[in-house]
Amino acid sequence: MTTLTPILSKNWDRPDSFTLEGYQATGGYGALRTALGMDPDSIVDLVKKSGLRGRGGAGFPTGMKWGFLPADNPNPRYLVVNADESEPGTCKDIPLMLANPHALVEGVAIAAYAIRSSQAFIYVRGEVVHVVRRLRQAVADAQEAGLLGKDVLGSGFDLDVVVHAGAGAYICGEETALLDSLEGYRGQPRLKPPFPAVAGLYASPTVVNNVESIASVPSIVANGTEWFTSMGTEKSAGFGFFSLSGHVANPGQYEAPLGITLRELLDMAGGIRSGHQLKFWTPGGSSTPIFTDEHLDTPLDFESVGAAGSMLGTRALQIFDETTCVVRAVGRWIAFYAHESCGKCTPCREGNFWMVQVLDRLERGQGTEADLDKLLDICDNLLGRSFCALGDGATSPVMSSIKYFRQEYIDHVERGGCPFDHTKATLWGDQPTSTGGHQ
Amino acid sequence: MNEHENTETTEAAEPREAFPAEVTARLEPDAKEIIGRYPRQRSALLPLLHLVQAEEGHVSKAGMRFCADQLDLTLAEVNAVATFYTMYRRRPGGDYQVGVCTNTLCAVMGGDEIFQSLKDHLEVGNSETTGDGKVTLEHVECNAACDFAPVVMVNWEFFDNQTPETARKLVDDLRLGNDVAPTRGPASLCTWKQASRVLAGFDDGRAGEGVQAAEPSLAGLRLARERGWSAPDPNDLPPREQGEEDAK
Repeated sequence: MTTLTPILSKNWDRPDSFTLEGYQATGGYGALRTALGMDPDSIVDLVKKSGLRGRGGAGFPTGMKWGFLPADNPNPRYLVVNADESEPGTCKDIPLMLANPHALVEGVAIAAYAIRSSQAFIYVRGEVVHVVRRLRQAVADAQEAGLLGKDVLGSGFDLDVVVHAGAGAYICGEETALLDSLEGYRGQPRLKPPFPAVAGLYASPTVVNNVESIASVPSIVANGTEWFTSMGTEKSAGFGFFSLSGHVANPGQYEAPLGITLRELLDMAGGIRSGHQLKFWTPGGSSTPIFTDEHLDTPLDFESVGAAGSMLGTRALQIFDETTCVVRAVGRWIAFYAHESCGKCTPCREGNFWMVQVLDRLERGQGTEADLDKLLDICDNLLGRSFCALGDGATSPVMSSIKYFRQEYIDHVERGGCPFDHTKATLWGDQPTSTGGHQ
Repeated sequence: MNEHENTETTEAAEPREAFPAEVTARLEPDAKEIIGRYPRQRSALLPLLHLVQAEEGHVSKAGMRFCADQLDLTLAEVNAVATFYTMYRRRPGGDYQVGVCTNTLCAVMGGDEIFQSLKDHLEVGNSETTGDGKVTLEHVECNAACDFAPVVMVNWEFFDNQTPETARKLVDDLRLGNDVAPTRGPASLCTWKQASRVLAGFDDGRAGEGVQAAEPSLAGLRLARERGWSAPDPNDLPPREQGEEDAK
């Protein structure tokens, strides 16, 4: 049986967990001292050897990303933390930065030292004002304590860290769009190659890593690669947050080794809400194809989830029970992609717009069976043909829902309307007298 | 075409082309501080737009002109950026921006009912402001608090686990000027302009207020404590290489 492994969340039940004192009282910044005594390249090797893979969704090996920075490029190197957490269902980095911003700041210091960067940015989405406050305070306190700034802990290493608030654009979670945004432009993705490692921020060598990836680094430096690889699977090493939301008894953050299953997690979270059954779920946010109860025992690691036809993504487990209309759910997600499409490429801009129209009429019961083929045809023109992963991601809920729930789409057509009572799915939908007010 | 206006009128009068000299003089040191944070000055554009929003409550032509002047950009270059990002208001709004998450997870959990209920209660539509100028209602996309669904954001602070009743009471309190505290955030709500100033990178000294985490964030940790689960001890790792090798 897999058990939980609180590491990044281990101090979150201390009321002062977000302060420098609170973090240091539980061993915080010990890893930075260790790291500063090491050769930077050996830290890159350590992270490579740990097998840590990016926790922002794509799962690219973090140490390898660091190793891609060209040795002969004379430009300054930059570390950019992607704290633009916006993928629907994903809700791990925000509570992490609220409760334990110093874990991220310590990780930033170690990572910047390892890649020989003296300038780091934390690009945090703007829609979380208190997280911005906590991050800025953590950076200021760390600087005051000599843990950032000039001559960090007397090592001769200088590091300036800037907390930069975004302004509302999901696309800025895409790393090259994020860099454009950080340079003061519209956040639109860039053509790759060149990759950020070669030409990133200000066309200089740049590493862009997710919050959880960077925050995991201090624990690897402190405890070693054998400790890290003792959790998880061979190719998906270590631990991560599994964020359960929706129709579960106890939604929340569950920090566990990669490879845990939804069945195990549901058992820990008190199961599906009382009196209901699992219908469908996302393994890693709305951009990952949905799963059903067939996949309760699929190990939640990169390889197993991929082999089962989806992606591990951000481990954002959105759980929906039998009261949920899949057509409505998918339609809402596609409305999101249409809203957030940056407009740069035609397949994504037009494809999502038209999918919204088709899904809306299906949900209203005004669609036809041919609309399903139309949706799949649009997906075929989107997947692999859009400029970045936003367009690809939009096809995931559409294609997977038609695969598993084709009949439910057809039911909408045949009944001339939605067969579901949406109020039953609400948080209060099970209460004997509806408190839903207006329906 | 861009002479400074003499009057203090803002919303009702003709949109002004530039800030009054007093405003420009007051904001310029802030702008310089923001620009000084970055290796290249154009990176300061997003925080500068938050700064001018903190001044006026929205990003006006005068605000964009100010940003353009600070960064040696054209008005069109600034406009192109300001209109890309949804957090910049294009027109004046209320002191409190109430955003109801209607992305799939929150919508299913009751966000749609909350949004409809607030529209009826406030008698406004999406992106509209109440007559008293207090509340601007809108629906928002996923705000990374899905384990607290349904979620309402006010001035980008968290109001977790809402119902139509609690949301209606929330907006009533906002309009009456009663104290309102986010679920996870400072001890009391600040105004839209004050929040925008924090986003521009000027601290309001409130980082220490509020909880470190609320229950769903602690669900896994509490269970682990209860059941005696923890991460492996680095000095006493379970032997497992054998099994791993065999499994290949």
